[in-house]
Formats: sequence, structure tokens, C-alpha cells
Amino acid sequence: MMNPPAYKPGEHPDLPPPRSTIGPIAWIRTNLLSSPTNIVLTVLSVWFLYELVPAALEWGFLDAAFTGENRDECREKAGGACWAFIGERFRLFTYGFYPIEERWRIDLTFVLLIVALMAVLWDQCPFRKQGLIFACVFPFVAGWLLLGGFGLTPVDTDEFGGFMLTLVIGVTGISFSLPIGIVLALGRQSHLPIVRVFSVSFIEFFRGVPLIALLFVASTMLNYFLPRGTSFDLLLRVLIMVTLFASAYMAEVIRGGLQALPRGQYEAADAMGLKYWTSMRLIILPQALKISIPGIVNTFIGLYKDTTLVIIIGLLDPLGVGRSSLSDTKWTGLANEMYLFVAIFFFLSCFGMSRYSLYLEKKLATGYER
Amino acid sequence: MNNETSATQNGSTGNDSIIAIRNMHKWYGQFHALKDINLDVVRGEKIVICGPSGSGKSTMIRCINRLEEHQQGEIIVDGTELTNDLKNVEVVRREVGMVFQHFNLFPHLTVMENCTLAPIWVRKAPREEAETIAMEYLERVKIPDQAHKFPGQLSGGQQQRVAIARSLCMKPRVMLFDEPTSALDPEMIKEVLDVMVELATEGMTMLCVTHEMGFAKTVADRVIFMDGGEIIEENNPQEFFDNPQHDRTKLFLSQILNH
Ligand SMILES: Nc1ncnc2c1ncn2[C@@H]1O[C@H](COP(=O)(O)OP(=O)(O)OP(=O)(O)O)[C@@H](O)[C@H]1O
Ligand SMILES: [Mg+2]
Repeated sequence: MMNPPAYKPGEHPDLPPPRSTIGPIAWIRTNLLSSPTNIVLTVLSVWFLYELVPAALEWGFLDAAFTGENRDECREKAGGACWAFIGERFRLFTYGFYPIEERWRIDLTFVLLIVALMAVLWDQCPFRKQGLIFACVFPFVAGWLLLGGFGLTPVDTDEFGGFMLTLVIGVTGISFSLPIGIVLALGRQSHLPIVRVFSVSFIEFFRGVPLIALLFVASTMLNYFLPRGTSFDLLLRVLIMVTLFASAYMAEVIRGGLQALPRGQYEAADAMGLKYWTSMRLIILPQALKISIPGIVNTFIGLYKDTTLVIIIGLLDPLGVGRSSLSDTKWTGLANEMYLFVAIFFFLSCFGMSRYSLYLEKKLATGYER
Repeated sequence: MNNETSATQNGSTGNDSIIAIRNMHKWYGQFHALKDINLDVVRGEKIVICGPSGSGKSTMIRCINRLEEHQQGEIIVDGTELTNDLKNVEVVRREVGMVFQHFNLFPHLTVMENCTLAPIWVRKAPREEAETIAMEYLERVKIPDQAHKFPGQLSGGQQQRVAIARSLCMKPRVMLFDEPTSALDPEMIKEVLDVMVELATEGMTMLCVTHEMGFAKTVADRVIFMDGGEIIEENNPQEFFDNPQHDRTKLFLSQILNH
């Protein structure tokens, strides 16, 4: 038998949801214990965390030594990690071999980088217009600050190292590979055969060769091709190779986005009489890049981590600094601490990029497509 | 050799035609998609184009704004001949609006931005002026209140009306419609057709590919029937529907009217 309606039609008030569907207990029930498989997985995870977390805490914090002159002093104090090692080498990890009295220039560059990034990445940023203009001149300012000249003591790029080197290569590679990748992707779709052939060959070449090989070419072989007596900076060559390598990947990611756009978007833009570059800039690229965000950020992260490969041609990135520190007799055998520390640095940077890409995707979502 | 622009502007068209298509052929690779098309459209004329699927209707009207390239013959739109010269193509596209079956609104821009984009970037109109005009046309298609939404938030019928308004904002001399109602649910077809009828009564030159025979009967000055890439028959709507000459036209009409 049907219950008579509790309210007259049109007078039904808003009621709270039933108790069993809200609150922590309900959450646990639906998310952790909803089925036998789910229960098994939950139990396994809890057991895994139980084994892992206390041990990691023990090693990393509770039983770790934060001070000490060398490895043996650390070991006397505690059985866990020896963070004194990282503490002593921290500046080397950060600045490489940059002259100590000039390190403020790196700090200043870093602060300016943050300002420029804020303007580029955050559309609510105060003084955004000025910020964007600043972001355009930033590369020159950064180059001047880091390399010196024009009133600053010149610093050779041999002395670059550590996280600072990672950032120099990573940020340069990222900021140049995106525009180059866009141009290559558009070139690959061009109606002009020369442009198309050039783009395709460029992309296929740089994608088909390992980055390590390119770096070797940059460090040794280029000398054969360059006229005798001329030489250009090793770091600059590395920057060019890393950028071109990432551009090739970027081009393919963006091409995916361009092809995912319905033909109708191109046709509507054409039918309106928009010129090629206007329609690319206002119609096609905003949509194609939006679709490609996950792939673009993926490429960025790949590039960023690949900067560690420069170690094999003798540049001292954080891993290089770490390895050379390990060979110091005071600190032998502390590889765990060193690799963990470098890993955390890379993880934080990459995690930041990945979070930002999620934020962007959400921000750019404009209602649902029909 | 005389000056090309003056030659085309005086118009080899002679009379008042705004579109003149002469012996035009189009191939897709080996496939002969349009065969010897001849068509003159007078200013203010409303033409409905119908025909079975694959007969080349879309291809023909897309040649008029060079979304497709023809390989033989000539197409002259408002005194400008469509050639490989991109300048001419731009001139023609400024004067010819197009409405697509699938609307093709730009989903990342609001309705207002969709409508002001071409006036601002192609006509170089100041933003405020473009927005005033856009608002006027959005009112004409009866959706001024949706101006700041994104296309994805509108119904199909509303989207198609925005697409019409977007084209009108360029103040085109000719409007091309490629099956503007065939992606719509029945209850939305009428709201779009109403807008088109109103546009027709205001004297716009219209070429319309559609299977809405009611629309053809009320507004068309001429109905064109295509099949196999050829114009098989053209006539005023009364004669066309009541007294079709060609067998293929009869067959087509019997199929389309009997369901
Ligand atoms: N890009 C293309 N490449 C090759 N063939 C094409 C292309 N576009 C259309 N065709 C062919 O040209 C012919 C005419 O196509 P068109 O789209 O003009 O037909 P239509 O009359 O508009 O049909 P419908 O009513 O289905 O829209 C068809 O046979 C089609 O297969
Ligand atoms: Mg069609």
C-alpha cells in the first residue's frame, strides 16, 4: 500500500539528505569497504602504510642526526639519516661553484623569476600588465645577472651548478620549447610543402635521437663543425639542444590538440574572413592548447627531469654535486640521504607543475560541450 | 592586360547579380563532385537548394566563400572573382556570412565574444561599437539575455540563433546556410526557421541548403534541385513542387514529402 503524500504538491520543503549517506562513517563505507575486493585492498594498504611510515619516520626524523662534522660523528649520535651532510653541502647544492660573494645575484634572479612567473601564470595577479612586460625582459635581466658584465663581475658558466643550473636549463627549455613547438606543429599542418617538410624532418630528427646523444654532440662534435678558434659556451649549446629536443615533443603534443579540434572550428574562422595568424591566435590555439595541457605539462616535467642528464658531459647539476660530495672522504656512504634530498627537490617542482596544470584545466573549462 | 580589379569590379556579371557562377567544376581527387554549375543570384533573392545526400549541395555553397576550391570555371561574388589571390578571398569572405549545420560556435568564447570577434578583427570596428551591434542582432534573434554565457550552456536552437547573429554582425551582403536545422530537435527547428524567415523578409540575399520544404514554399524565390554534382532543375517554388519536370526531381520530392 502506498503511503499518502506527506506534503501537498508544490509545498515540499528542502530536507537534509539521509544520515547514512553523509559523514565520515558513510564515506568510509562507500570508499573503503564497498566490496570484498575493496576491503582486501584497504586492508593491504593499511598494512603497507603501517610497515612503511613508522620506519621512514624513524630513519628520516626520530633517529636522524642533524648536526655533525662528518659521517662518523653522525653515526655516533644516531642510527638513521645523517642530514648534517646535506646541511653542510646545501649551498653547494643550491649555487654550484658560483663565487660566494656573488651569490646574491642568483638569489635576486630567483626572486625576479618568481615575480615573472606570477605574472605569467596567475591571471588575477596585481599589476599583471606590467608583470607581463617584465616577464618579457626577464630573460635578458637574468642573463645579465647570472653571467655578469656591464658593471657586474663576469662569472663563467663553468661555475654554474646545483639547483640553480637545473632551473636555468629547465626554465629556458620550458619557455622556449612551447613557442617553438607551436610553430613546428602549425608548420606540420601548413599548405606550403617546404614548411611542412622542414617541420616534419625537424620533429622526426630530434624525436628520434636520444637526448644524451644530442648532449654529446653539443659538447664535443660541434667543435669540429665550428670554425677553428671560435667556440661558444657549452651551457649555451646544452640549452639549445635541450630546447630543440623538447620542442619536437611539444610539437607532437600540440599537433594532437590541433587535430582534436573539429574541422568546423577552422571553417567557421575561415568563413568569417579572419587572417591565418588571427584565427590561430584567437580561435584555434586557445582551444588546441587547452586540450593539450596534460601533454604539454608532461613534456615540461620530462624536460625538467632530463636536465639531470647534463651530468654526463661534465656539468654539475644537483646529482653531479651530490656525487662529487659523496666522494669526499668525510661523507662517504651517504648516498641515500643525497638521492632522497635531490628527489624531494625534483618532486616538489614537478608536483607543482602538475597541480598548476590541473588548476588551469579547471579554470579553462567553459561549460560542457554539446 | 587591363587592371584586374577594375575588370572584376565592373563585373562581367552585367546585370544586378551578386553571385555569378559560370561553368564551374570541382573535383575531389579523381571524383568529379560538381559538374558545370551555372548560377546567377540577384540581390535580395532567396534560393533554396535541395537534393539527395552526396549530391554536392554543401560543396557548391562552400565554393562560394572558398571553403572549397573550384578547379574550373569562375565564381564572382559582388564583383570579386574568387581566384588563388588571398586578397580576393578575404574580400569575399567579409561580405558572405555562413551558418553551418553544427553551428561551429567557438566554445571558449562567450556568445558576445563570438559575435564581436569578426567585426573587431576583420572590420577593425571599435569594441564598444561591435558590442552594440552584436546586442542588436542578439535581440533580433531573441537571445539578448544569453550574451554572457558560453555556447556550451545554450540549447541547440539557441546556439544556431547565436550563429546566425554572429554572421549578421559582419553585415554581410549574402548569407549561406548549410542545413541549419538538420542537427536540431523538432521543437527547436521552428525558432531557427522563424529567424530565417524574418531575415528573408528584410531583403537579405540567401542561399539555403535545406530539406524544410515549408520554408522553401514560403520564402524561396527559386528552388534548385541537385543530383550527382549537377543542377538538375530550377524553378519557382510553386512550379517546382507542383509540376516538377525531371524524373529525378519527382522521385526526390515523392521521397521527401511522403514521410
Ligand atoms: N573533402 C572531401 N573529399 C572527398 N570527397 C568529398 C569531400 N567532401 C565531399 N565529398 C564528396 O562529394 C560529394 C558531395 O558532397 P556534399 O557534402 O557536397 O554533399 P551534400 O549534397 O551536401 O550531401 P548531404 O545532404 O549529405 O550534406 C559526396 O559524394 C561526398 O562524398
Ligand atoms: Mg551537406
